[in-house]
Amino acid sequence: MGLTARPGQLPVPSAAPAGEPRVVSYQPQSQEGWIATKLDFLVNWGRANSLWPMPFGTACCAIEFMATAASKFDLARFGMERMSFSPRQADVLICAGRVPFKLAPVIRRIWQQMPQPKWCISMGACASSGGMFDNYAVVQGIDTIIPVDVYVPGCPPRPEGLLYGIRLLQEKVMRERLSDSKRLRREMEPDPSSRLYIPPPAIDELSEPFGNSVNQTRSGV
Amino acid sequence: MSAALPPTDRPADVVYPGSATPSAPTPTTPRAVPHRGGPENPSAVALRTRFPDSVRRVEVVWGETSVVIAPDRVLEIVRWLHDDPAQAYGYLSDVTAVEFRDPEEPLTVVWHLRSLPYRRFLRLKAELPKGGPLEVDSVWPVYRGADWLERECFDMFGVRFRGHPDLRRILMWEQYREGYPLRKDFPLRGRFSRAEQLRQALAANPEARYSMEELSIADAFEDLPPDMRARLRGGERTGE
Repeated sequence: MGLTARPGQLPVPSAAPAGEPRVVSYQPQSQEGWIATKLDFLVNWGRANSLWPMPFGTACCAIEFMATAASKFDLARFGMERMSFSPRQADVLICAGRVPFKLAPVIRRIWQQMPQPKWCISMGACASSGGMFDNYAVVQGIDTIIPVDVYVPGCPPRPEGLLYGIRLLQEKVMRERLSDSKRLRREMEPDPSSRLYIPPPAIDELSEPFGNSVNQTRSGV
Repeated sequence: MSAALPPTDRPADVVYPGSATPSAPTPTTPRAVPHRGGPENPSAVALRTRFPDSVRRVEVVWGETSVVIAPDRVLEIVRWLHDDPAQAYGYLSDVTAVEFRDPEEPLTVVWHLRSLPYRRFLRLKAELPKGGPLEVDSVWPVYRGADWLERECFDMFGVRFRGHPDLRRILMWEQYREGYPLRKDFPLRGRFSRAEQLRQALAANPEARYSMEELSIADAFEDLPPDMRARLRGGERTGE
């Protein structure tokens, strides 16, 4: 009884009968003991509350980002007051604004220069999907160049929106486990032929024309 | 109505840079400007008498004068407008181009000139027929500020400016191969697929963004890393 779950069945919390001690399940297959989970908690607590952002502001979202960092919304409450304009001393890349194709190699180089562990927030519609700039010059979402952890919608998002995204990122950091680090902390290797992280058909699919845009030729699909 | 300017103790016959001539009328906000017609810029009249066979027509739209001139006389006319003390167009605001949707309409290169002493604004236009070479003289020998304006016009429209010292792309990267984005035959989302565009953009070296001039200055001060110096010695033209 208690909170133990049988395979293929969701754990249903049930009131323990009186007199019977409340049992918390222990999963021996996870190979995590008390020390490992507490160490995880400590490390994650430290990481989540001292995320140093690398602001990559290219457009109006950067104005909202500055408002977030200023005294009224006060990013320093979340341990992020140290803006790191050098990628080698940064933890989280906040891409605020549209990214033209000319900046695509720049943002990828910045991402590669950041040491692990590192995260990325895509702030605003343009960084997340190209936004209204469905044209020849703008990358249709920075997730076609670098991996993104949190997308903040809005055009531009209000500072509350960015703070919510940062809280979500902190929750994500708190859920990481040391045993996952080999998978989580691996640098993504681009495809050697196309130098892209995502296969070209998937990029074409992601940046499908919408609205009244003209049709776009697909790459071999 | 505008109030008269207060009297100053400056001598009346000295023209200070950037100020109107003493005899120029007090500037007033024009009212009830007609859409077409109205008083021409006096420089248009002077251009007609000075270059009678090069001025094709003069239009006045919303009080602003546009002079359509022959494309092969651009540099001569601009130089005269700049040097003649009765015109004194000392400031080039913009160089751009216009392409119309009708296929028989020519592509038009536009220069915006401003005369600070006389408080005049003049728009010069040169029509380049489609199908022919899109070439026109550069006004860089007269206005050094035309450098980047003409590079942008070349980048977006493909107009080649003869005599420009360094006619390269300025907004798009130098290896951009899809054409000239503001032309009417250019699709909005570009010619290549998104994946191909991204692949070509990521193949660029983000550090190769320096012009030959910047590289040579850095070379003279021995600020270049050895590999780039070796590439320059090998005769590479751009920083790529």
